[in-house]
Amino acid sequence: MALLEMAGVSKAFPGVLALDSVSFSVDRGEIRALMGENGAGKSTLIKVLTGVYASGSGTVLLDGVSIAPRSPAHAQELGVSTVYQEVNLVPNLSVAENVCLGYEPRTFGKINWRKVNERARRAMSRLNIDIDVTRSLTDFSTAVQQLVAIARAVDREAKVLVLDEPTSSLDKIEVERLFTLMRKLRGDGMAIVFVTHFLEQVYSVADSVTVLRNGVKVGDWAVTELPRQKLVAQMLGRDLDEVPHVDHREAIGTDVLVTVESLGRKNAMEPISFDVRRGETLGLSGLLGSGRTETMKMLSGANPADSGVISVSGIGTRGSRLRPRSPRDSIRLGIGLCPEDRKSEGVCPGLSVSENLLLVLQARRGWLRVIRKKQADKIVSEQIERLRITTPDTRRPIENLSGGNQQKVLLCRWLVAEPTLLLLDEPTRGIDVGNKLEIRKLITDLAKKGMSFVFSSAELEEVVNTCDRVVVLRDRRKVGELKGAEVTEQNVMARIAEGEA
Amino acid sequence: MTLRAPRLHLPVLATLAVLVVLYVAASIRFENFATLRVFMNFLGDNAFLGIVAIGMTYVIITGGIDLSVGAVIGCTTICTAVLIQGQQYHPVAAFAVVIAAGTLLGATQGWLIQRFNLQPFLVTLAGLFLCRGLGLWISSESVQAKHATFQTLEKIRIPVSDGVWLPFTEIVFITVLLVGAYVLRHTRFGRTVYAIGGDEQSAHLMGLPVARTKIGVYALSGFCASLGGVVLVMYTSAGNAINGTGLELDAIAAVVIGGTLLTGGYGSVFGTFFGLLIFAVMQSAITFEGTLSSWWAKIVTGVLLLAFILMQRMLQRSR
Amino acid sequence: MKLHPIAYPLIGLALILLFNAFFTPGFYALELRDGRLYGSLIDVLNRATPVLLLSIGMTLVIATKGVDLSVGAVMAIAGAVAALLVTDKVSFLSVSHSVLLVVLIALVVATFAGVFNGVLVGKVGIQPIVATLILMVAGRGVAQLLTGGQNVTFNNPALERLGTGSAFGLPMPFVIFIVVFVLIAVFVRKTALGLFIEATGSNAEAARLAGVASDKMKVAVYAVSGLVAGIAGVIACADIRAADANNAGLYMELDAILAVAVGGTSLSGGRFSLLGSVVGAVLMQALTTTILTRGVSPHATLVAKALIIVAVILLQSPEFRASFARRKHDPARA
Repeated sequence: MALLEMAGVSKAFPGVLALDSVSFSVDRGEIRALMGENGAGKSTLIKVLTGVYASGSGTVLLDGVSIAPRSPAHAQELGVSTVYQEVNLVPNLSVAENVCLGYEPRTFGKINWRKVNERARRAMSRLNIDIDVTRSLTDFSTAVQQLVAIARAVDREAKVLVLDEPTSSLDKIEVERLFTLMRKLRGDGMAIVFVTHFLEQVYSVADSVTVLRNGVKVGDWAVTELPRQKLVAQMLGRDLDEVPHVDHREAIGTDVLVTVESLGRKNAMEPISFDVRRGETLGLSGLLGSGRTETMKMLSGANPADSGVISVSGIGTRGSRLRPRSPRDSIRLGIGLCPEDRKSEGVCPGLSVSENLLLVLQARRGWLRVIRKKQADKIVSEQIERLRITTPDTRRPIENLSGGNQQKVLLCRWLVAEPTLLLLDEPTRGIDVGNKLEIRKLITDLAKKGMSFVFSSAELEEVVNTCDRVVVLRDRRKVGELKGAEVTEQNVMARIAEGEA
Repeated sequence: MTLRAPRLHLPVLATLAVLVVLYVAASIRFENFATLRVFMNFLGDNAFLGIVAIGMTYVIITGGIDLSVGAVIGCTTICTAVLIQGQQYHPVAAFAVVIAAGTLLGATQGWLIQRFNLQPFLVTLAGLFLCRGLGLWISSESVQAKHATFQTLEKIRIPVSDGVWLPFTEIVFITVLLVGAYVLRHTRFGRTVYAIGGDEQSAHLMGLPVARTKIGVYALSGFCASLGGVVLVMYTSAGNAINGTGLELDAIAAVVIGGTLLTGGYGSVFGTFFGLLIFAVMQSAITFEGTLSSWWAKIVTGVLLLAFILMQRMLQRSR
Repeated sequence: MKLHPIAYPLIGLALILLFNAFFTPGFYALELRDGRLYGSLIDVLNRATPVLLLSIGMTLVIATKGVDLSVGAVMAIAGAVAALLVTDKVSFLSVSHSVLLVVLIALVVATFAGVFNGVLVGKVGIQPIVATLILMVAGRGVAQLLTGGQNVTFNNPALERLGTGSAFGLPMPFVIFIVVFVLIAVFVRKTALGLFIEATGSNAEAARLAGVASDKMKVAVYAVSGLVAGIAGVIACADIRAADANNAGLYMELDAILAVAVGGTSLSGGRFSLLGSVVGAVLMQALTTTILTRGVSPHATLVAKALIIVAVILLQSPEFRASFARRKHDPARA
């Protein structure tokens, strides 16, 4: 019997069965990777285990005893601690307090600060981390903060440690340090659940893998008996051979539309230069945190650059060469950004589908030239038909639509305004496969008609098969540029890896 | 000290600097300003405001706000006076009743804010209307509160120096100040208050009792406000439902000028004390000047508020 | 069954009117004297006017996810400025011969106060409660400074007409309100400004990325809020022929927020309804008048307001609705 046994766990949200009778187990001294694409149900499973969601149904056995975590606090008492991707500690307090918060050693009700600091120091040194625990948490990098979170879990004598995508914002040395620590904890008999997107990390640290897909468990394997290709196939639910192949158009003209010259932003992005041609889809590829989003945000004026300029051809001589200071500056040049985070930067949830769709066009026309109702209805119904958006009524709030349909509306928002260059930051994130393919097809079609795109995706396969050229980023700087037949998954990965060496 | 980020102490240092400059300037300008007696008057005249501001400090550190405190004071004073004078309650019993009621009101506000995720300023705004309405409903006139116990309490005082005493109301204030500072700095409850202000979501995921603490903070603010009301009754021997009109603004100003971040997470009870002293020095200076009018206090408070809020904003941006 | 949002305050208003039809004799009596209507209904409208005016600006501010706590203080400032100018107490500005100029200058000052709030919120990025708190504290001080802490009385028939006169049989303040309301409603709803304001309140960052100048929208709505507060302030001082810096507009910001909330505009921003706020303000005044005519203590209205605020924000709270929906059936959305 394994230390942690979850069986028949289901969790439904209105309209979605996020987990369908999933079983999952991890034993003492085992690191089990939990894998799956976005929306596979990983985070739901974690949240059931850590008491954030009350489970719909199913059993959780810890050490043979049935448990039902009601809250994160309760889960921690039971011995299940979690370290999240966005470090869940409080930034305004010291490292020592973050280790001990809620369980500080006390004498007569007064927190014994000497003991707090001592205990934190001990917890940190157990993990071979030597820092001044009395300093504020914000003084340290995300990597160290993550280690502090682990120290807290260890200090709480966790039996099961859940690491929810802890590596996505760490560099290679930091990741190695984390892995050393994980192996040490495994040696001490801890059960570790490791959620990650990165294949190579699974193979370098995990003992076993569980794959989820669409809320259903696909299977359990020992890492040694599951080759990479097969793991990817299990996650994607198809064999690699089936992946559609796209011919990269060698013959995109030399007609340069936008030239980016040393655009940079302090502490966010090293100066970067590239150009985008008319009718081209330019890919931005790199790991999370490599500067994809930052580059697009600088180009779109959302987070203005503090050095460099961009110039746009064919908009007359005046004002076509500048450093955009706001989204409105870029929009005037014909550059629009469809942001990565749909919820916080994309949709206006209370407004209707129609209003969301027409927002950019109306903003461009200004406040006086209102789009007439008839014209508005015509545009909206055309777009809805063209992108096959499923909505019962365009006057209903956009928040009632599914994620994929919301994303299509946001795309339409820009398409109707006819920008010359559209920046698409992970437009396929968090939507179902059918919609993903449709959106990619739309981009390819529009590019053929002469529109230009900058495209990024967490999935390399999408970048490679959508883009004509790819700019490779690592550590917030450009490390390579591939075009034509060079654009392959292997080449892109090689460039990313080269940069690491 | 557990916080060592010097930049975040800047607001408190700025507060101290403003306080020193004001005090020195006033002392040079007016004879007899820099005397212990005048200083004790600062405390005496502002004891009830100080008690309220300490409760407010807790609320603001969690990232909330409590607009009901001024009205709670008014309601408390009238209730106390009516209980003693009209219902023949013993003052101690009356105090116990009104403080319990004030605390319960605060807890209810906290529960509504926490349980239904309501905006603190709206919920406590309702609290303001409720208390003002109830207080005025009970009596829209001032009611005398006289009882032998008051004289007994007045006898409890601590000699400070020749002919200068620390009266009972100031003892209450200083006790609340010290206990408030101690609890915030040295207890789990206090540290959870900071954690909630730093990142409420994280605090929850770290397993801290967020709900209980948030409700507790508003209950504490209600407790402090009603205690402030009781102190005011002792100080003036009367209750009036319009007592404490606009006091919530003064309390918030004292807290903010004292270096507490309005977005939560940083601040201290002693900072609030310094903020309060700035307030007191300003008012005394205006009284000393004679030709200056009371509205200057409001204008200067507004300017100080603006300056401190802009400073906080710049510190947050540079982080 | 899903009703139009404005239906709820309308039903509330209808209930109060119905109650009065049965229990308050003469509530519906109207009398025409000297070309002007008198009666309880007219009285309700007349008394509701200051809050009605404020609620226009407050609706727009709240729609951008903000709040303006300073409107009461701005009323006091505008009243003080008007009273000083009309009595020629400002040595460098002698405009008492032209009431139009007097009013214009007062309104410019009030609008400037609104712009000050708007810049703090929209450009500097300070939370609205905090930003407008500054002027709430200092503004009344400024008004008192202007008037020297005393009521500045005046005798100017033209200015007084704004407060006590009548037009088309209706009280002049209410007529002014109608004009301001129509102008602003047309300005906002017949242009794209309404959409921009709603987009800003619904998701300011999304609106900014879409090319909406959301920071300018914020400055604009606070400016409008200052302007209507100025109008309300001038009317209030014309009504009593004096500028009362201590009491003009006291607690009126709270009444305006309440009117907006009762009128169905979400206090967390986005969709707004100007007409809803009008119904909300009239509803609250009708309730107050009814309580007063029942002979209940006038202070009971404060308690009633408190309970109504709590009820309205609870009804607007998704958590509260979820806890009910769960009992009935699964909620429609997560």
